[in-house]
Amino acid sequence: MNTTGKILTGIWIAGVTVAAFLWLPPAQGFRSPEAARIVVFHVPCAVLTFVAFLVNAVYSWLYLRSRHPLTDAKANAAAELGMLFAVLATVTGSLFAMEQWGSAWNWDPRETSIVMLMLVYAAYFVLRGAVEEKSKRARLSAAYALLAFPAMVFLIWILPRIVESLHPTNTLFSRSGLDPSYRITLWSFFAGLLAVFVWMFRLRLRVELAEARLRQQHHHDAVAEVTLAGETR
Amino acid sequence: MNRSSGWVHEAFAVFAKDWLLELRTRVALGAVVLFAVTSVVASGFALAPPSGVPAEVKTALLWVVVFFAAVAGLSRVFVVEEETRTADSLRLAVSPTGVFVGKLLFNAVLMWGLCLVTVPLYLLLLEVPVRSASLFVTVVVLGSTALACATTAVGAIVAKATTRGALFGVLSFPVALPPLLVAIHGTKAAWLSGGAWRVATGDLQVLVGFILVIVPASLLVFEHIWSE
Repeated sequence: MNTTGKILTGIWIAGVTVAAFLWLPPAQGFRSPEAARIVVFHVPCAVLTFVAFLVNAVYSWLYLRSRHPLTDAKANAAAELGMLFAVLATVTGSLFAMEQWGSAWNWDPRETSIVMLMLVYAAYFVLRGAVEEKSKRARLSAAYALLAFPAMVFLIWILPRIVESLHPTNTLFSRSGLDPSYRITLWSFFAGLLAVFVWMFRLRLRVELAEARLRQQHHHDAVAEVTLAGETR
Repeated sequence: MNRSSGWVHEAFAVFAKDWLLELRTRVALGAVVLFAVTSVVASGFALAPPSGVPAEVKTALLWVVVFFAAVAGLSRVFVVEEETRTADSLRLAVSPTGVFVGKLLFNAVLMWGLCLVTVPLYLLLLEVPVRSASLFVTVVVLGSTALACATTAVGAIVAKATTRGALFGVLSFPVALPPLLVAIHGTKAAWLSGGAWRVATGDLQVLVGFILVIVPASLLVFEHIWSE
């Protein structure tokens, strides 16, 4: 992302944040209408968690087809960001749950499913830590990501519709679900957050590439040292 | 012989070979059944009437016992191939699909055997009143099959990893969780509610749907796990 893009993203997010507090009307019908504004920040985090998980699955699939190390790095970066946004969604959700439902944790199906999503990511990282060889690690973690994906689809999309939930269903895309002002602010914040996601994703890949270059450099130096030692002997 | 009946034939050959080996050593069987019996006896000792523990707790406990007993044994079927270094010859002799389906059948039968021992013992020791026996049996059969389906490919991943120790449990849990939650829900319906079949229809649908989704997904990625 270039400098203009970064500045625009910053201004955009700052603008949406200000709008969420000054322009957005308090949401009537909630226990504390003022606190309900957090929905505008909470839902985009949750949606982005799922998007990151989807990106991870797609790159895992592409890795199995191409076996390109960079594709594996992309899958890993998406999983790391997914974990970050899952934590953000959980924290913002808990804050609002405390206001609205009187307790920070209610074992609501959506709360359960985001904890499970974090468990999947954690298991994914544990697996990556458990395999030394790089190509094998990439292969196994990609396979695991693709196995966990259908299980998560069950948890996120089907379970909340079977078990009774405190969360509303079908509000995000339907016309009747949300007040238009809320819908506009929510999706605007999502757009800003998505830009941050892309930015961080690319930063993570640059770190990965820099590390690879350093390793290579180190390897070259080591080889040169050995050759030098051989020549001086 | 055409190609489709080829892998069916191979799968049954792998299945028969694995059970023959298992019946000689009884490692997986011993681990699974002993784990299950020990934990059922321990919970029976603590929770049998007149302890006053509600039946809801007992439904969850039953599936926790079944799940962790499964974790003790279900990865064995792949780990043993790596330990005895027979994986390569198996790779040469049998197609990946044949291997996976054979191992999946092995694990499913192992799970059914586990439930056959654990569940009656559990009902006996913890004195649970079951209101709909037919529904309960259906939930147990579908639930244990779904657990076997969810964890077989994970077992293949774990067998390839360098540190196997607790990895299978950690990796299995997220994948096995949807059927586990639904099985607990369905068991609760079978034990406690009248008109249980109506209450549990959604649960049974989810269990069948889960099996129908996770098996093709496993088959899709298994080739990449299995082939070097």
